[in-house]
Amino acid sequence: MNTEILSRIQFAFTVAFHYIYPPLSIGLGVVMIIMEGMYLRTGQKIYEQMTRFWIKIFALIFGIGVATGIVMEFEFGTNWAVYSRYVGDIFGSALAAEGIFAFALESGFLGILIFGWNRVSPRVHFFSTIMVALGSMFSAIWIVVANSWQQTPAGFRIEGQGMKARAVITDFWAMVFNPSSVDRLSHVIIGSFLAGSFLVLSVNAYYLLRNRHVAIAKSGFKIALVVATVASLLQLFTGHRSADGVAKNQPAKLAAFEGHYDSSAVADMYLLGWTDAQAQKVSGLKIPGGLSFLIHQDLKAPVTGLNAFPTDQRPSARAVNFVFQTYHLMVAIGMALIGLSLLGMFLWWRGRLFDQKWLLQIFAWAVLLPQIANQVGWYSAEVGRQPWVVYGLLRTSDALSQSLRTEQVLFSLILFTLVYSLLFALFLYLLNKKIKHGPDDLHEEVIPDYSKRDNPILN
Amino acid sequence: METILGLDLPTWWFLVVGGVFSGYAILDGFDLGAGALHLFFKKEESRRIALNAIGPVWDGNEVWLVIGGGALFAGFPVVYATVFSAFYELFMIFLVMLILRAISIEFRSKEPMLWWRKTWDISYSVSSILLALALGLVLGNVIQGFAIDQNYIYRGTLLDYFNPYALLVSVTTLALFMMHGAIYLVMKTENRLYAKLTVLAKNTTIFFVLMFAITSLATLLFIPHMINRYREVPYMFAFPVLAILAVANITRQISRRRYFYAFLSSAFVTAMLMILVAVGLFPNIVLSTIDPNLHITVYNGASTDKSLKIMLTFAAIGVPLVALYTSFVFWTFRGKVKLDETSY
Ligand code: HDD
Ligand code: HEM
Ligand code: HEM
Repeated sequence: MNTEILSRIQFAFTVAFHYIYPPLSIGLGVVMIIMEGMYLRTGQKIYEQMTRFWIKIFALIFGIGVATGIVMEFEFGTNWAVYSRYVGDIFGSALAAEGIFAFALESGFLGILIFGWNRVSPRVHFFSTIMVALGSMFSAIWIVVANSWQQTPAGFRIEGQGMKARAVITDFWAMVFNPSSVDRLSHVIIGSFLAGSFLVLSVNAYYLLRNRHVAIAKSGFKIALVVATVASLLQLFTGHRSADGVAKNQPAKLAAFEGHYDSSAVADMYLLGWTDAQAQKVSGLKIPGGLSFLIHQDLKAPVTGLNAFPTDQRPSARAVNFVFQTYHLMVAIGMALIGLSLLGMFLWWRGRLFDQKWLLQIFAWAVLLPQIANQVGWYSAEVGRQPWVVYGLLRTSDALSQSLRTEQVLFSLILFTLVYSLLFALFLYLLNKKIKHGPDDLHEEVIPDYSKRDNPILN
Repeated sequence: METILGLDLPTWWFLVVGGVFSGYAILDGFDLGAGALHLFFKKEESRRIALNAIGPVWDGNEVWLVIGGGALFAGFPVVYATVFSAFYELFMIFLVMLILRAISIEFRSKEPMLWWRKTWDISYSVSSILLALALGLVLGNVIQGFAIDQNYIYRGTLLDYFNPYALLVSVTTLALFMMHGAIYLVMKTENRLYAKLTVLAKNTTIFFVLMFAITSLATLLFIPHMINRYREVPYMFAFPVLAILAVANITRQISRRRYFYAFLSSAFVTAMLMILVAVGLFPNIVLSTIDPNLHITVYNGASTDKSLKIMLTFAAIGVPLVALYTSFVFWTFRGKVKLDETSY
C-alpha cells in the first residue's frame, strides 16, 4: 500500500460517507417547506406535527453532514497539496463562495429552525426553514461547480511549470458554466430530492404497516409521493443530459460506462453485463446499437471506444468493469424508482393507495435505492475520470502532498474508520429511535396559540 | 499591480482572511471555552443550561472556520496546501475532535441514562479543550516559522510541533477561550449557576492574564522577527497598547459585574491578539526556518489578481449578509437560557 492508494481510499471513504447525508438534508428541506407551508395555509395541527417531526430528523442528519463535511474541506490541503496549489485560483473561489453564501445561511438559520419554535412567529419560522433549505441547495451548487470544473475544465490558462504549474482563471463565468456543471448540478439536486422524498415515504409506509400515526402518515406519504414522482421522471431527463455531455467531453469515460472498446464498431447499450478486458467484450443483456443511437441518433454509427486512448489516458481494466457495474446499477435504480412512484400515483388515483400491504412494504425498503444510486453515481463519475484528477491536465498520482508518508495516511485512515463506524452506529440507533417514537401529539395547553402569544420578535 | 484604496489585492485578501479567522476565534472561542469549563458544573440541570446557552449558535460559529479555510484555499492556495500538509497529524486529530464535539453536543440529550450523559459530557469537554490547544499550537508554530523547503515540503518532524513556545501559545489560547466562555455563560445564566460562574470568570481571567504576560515576555525575548515591524513603524505600537488596555478593562468590568462589557472586551482582546500576530508576520504568512528566501508571502502565495477581485466582490456582498443574519440569530436567542421542549 503506498501513500497514493491510501490517500485515494481515504478520500473516497470520507467523501462517500459525507455523501450519505447531504442528499437527505437537501431533499428533506424541500419536503419540510411543503409541510410547513401547508401548515401556515391551513392551520391544521397535523401539518405542524409533521413539520416538527421531520425537523427533528433533519437536525440529526444535518449535524452529521456538517461534521463530516469539514473533513472534506481540510483534506484537499492535507492529502492533495499539489492539487490544491494547482487549482486554488479556481477551485478555491468556488469553495469560498460556498462557505460564505451557503454554509453560513444554513447553519445560521438552523438554530431558529430547531430551537426557535417558541421564540419566533410561525412566519419567521417558515422563513428560516426556507433559508436552511436554500442554503443546502446553494452548497450543492458551488461544490458541484468545482467538481465539474475538474471533470470538464474551462475558462482558465496554465501558468508556470513542474511543481509550480497552476491553473489560473481567465473567465469566471466560463469556469462556473463549464460544459458539465448545469447537467451535473441538476442531476445531483434531483437525486437529492429522491433521497429525501423516499425517506419520508419509507417512514410513513412503516407507520401505516404498523397502524400508527395513521392520519399523519397518510398525508405525509402523499406529499412525498408527489415530490418523488416528479423527481424520478426529471432524473431520467437530467441523467440523459449528463450521458450526452460525457459522450462529448469525456469520451473515454463514456466508453468505460458501456465497456465499449472498438472505435470502429457500433456501440450497444447494456442492461446488465460483465466486461472482459482480455477479449475486449461485454457479455450480457443488451440493446444492439443503443449507445450509438443515444449519441448519434443512429443505430449504426460507430462510437469512440477505449482503444482510441493510450492506456495511460484511460481508466484501467479493473476500473472499467467497476464503473460499468456502478453506472448500470444507477440507471437500473432510476428506472425502478420511476416505476414505483408511477405505480403509487396510479393507485392513489384509483383510491387504493393504502390498501396494498406489499406496496407499502416495498416503499418501506425503497429508501435504500436512491441512497445507493447517489453513491454509485459518484463512483462512476469519479472513477471513470481516472487517471486524471483534473481531466486531461493533472494526474491523480501527481496531485498528492509531497511531504506525506505512508504511516501518516495509514494512521488517519484507521482513525477515520473508527470514528465513522461509531458515528454511523450512533446515527442509525438514534434515527431508529426517533422514527419509532414518531411525531409528538400536540396538546393545545402545551403549545400555545402563536398568533396571540406575546412574541419577542413581534413586540 | 491593482490597488483598492491604496492597498494591493493580496493585502486586502490577507485582511479578509485575518478578519474571518478573528471572527472565528471570537465566536467559536466562547463556545469552545464553555465546553472546556463544562465539567466544572456538577448538576444535570446546570450542564443542560450551559449546553443550551451555546445550543442555537455553536454550529453557526463553526462555519467561520469553514469560511476561513475556504478563504485561505481560495486566496492563498500555497499557504493552505503547505500548512495543512505540514501539520498532517495535528489537523487529522483536530478534525476528529471537531466531529467528536459535534456529536457529543448533538447526542447527549437523546438518552436519559446517567452513563450516557456522563460519557458525552466528558468527550464534549475534552474535545473542546483539545481543539483550543490544537488551534494555539498551530498559531504558535506559524508565529515561529517551520522547516519548509523550496518545493513547499515540510522537512521537520512531528515532535518539532511541540516546541516550548508553541506549547505556551497553545495554553494561552485555551486560557483566553476559557475566560471568554466563562464570561459568556455568566450572561446567560441565573441563580446558583450564575454565582458559580462569576467565580469561574474571575479565576479564568487571572489564568489568562498570567499566560498573556508570560507569552508576551517569551515573544519579546525569543521571537525577534515578531518585534521588527513594530520597530520599523512605531505607530503600530498602538495595537499592543490597546490589547493591554482591553485586558485591563476585562478585569475592571468583571469586578463591576458588567459582564456584557467584559464580553465585548474579551472579544476585542481576541481580535487584537490576532492583529498583533498578523502585523508581526506581514507580508509573510509562512516563515521558512530553512532559508528566509523561502518564506511564503502574501505575494508569492496568492491567487491571481483576477481571482482575488472576484472573491473580494463575493466578500463585499456576503460578509454584510452573514453579519446581518448572525445578529438576527443572536438577538432571537438573547437573554437568560430557559429550557423548553426543544432544548438539548
Ligand atoms: C450535493 C451536495 C454536496 C456535495 C457533493 C458535497 N457536499 Fe458538503 N455539504 C452539503 C452538500 C454537499 C450540505 C447539504 O450543504 C451539507 C451536508 C449536510 C448538511 O446538512 O450540509 C454539507 C456540509 C459540508 C460542510 C460543513 C458546512 C457547515 O459547517 O455548515 C463542509 C465543510 C462541506 N460540506 C464540504 C464539502 C466538500 C469539500 C465536498 C467535496 C469533496 C462536499 N462537501 C461534497
Ligand atoms: C463535489 C465535490 C467533489 C470533489 C471536488 C471531488 C474531488 C475528488 C478528488 C480531489 C479526489 C481525489 C483524487 C482521486 O482519487 O481522483 C476524488 C476521488 C474520489 N471521489 Fe470525488 N469529489 C467530490 C465528490 C464526490 C462524492 C460526493 C463522492 C461520493 C461518493 C465521490 C467519490 C469519489 C471516489 C470514489 C474517489 C476515488 C476515485 C479513485 O481514486 O479511483 N466524490 N474526488
Ligand atoms: C434514470 C437514469 C439515470 C441516468 C441515465 C443517469 C446518468 C448519469 C450519468 C451519465 C452520470 C455521469 C455524469 C458524469 O460523469 O459527469 C451520472 C452521475 C450521477 N448520478 Fe445518475 N443517472 C440516472 C439515475 C440516477 C439516479 C436515480 C440517481 C440518484 C438518486 C443518480 C445519481 C447520480 C449521481 C449522484 C451522480 C454523480 C454526480 C454527477 O456526475 O452528476 N442518477 N448519472
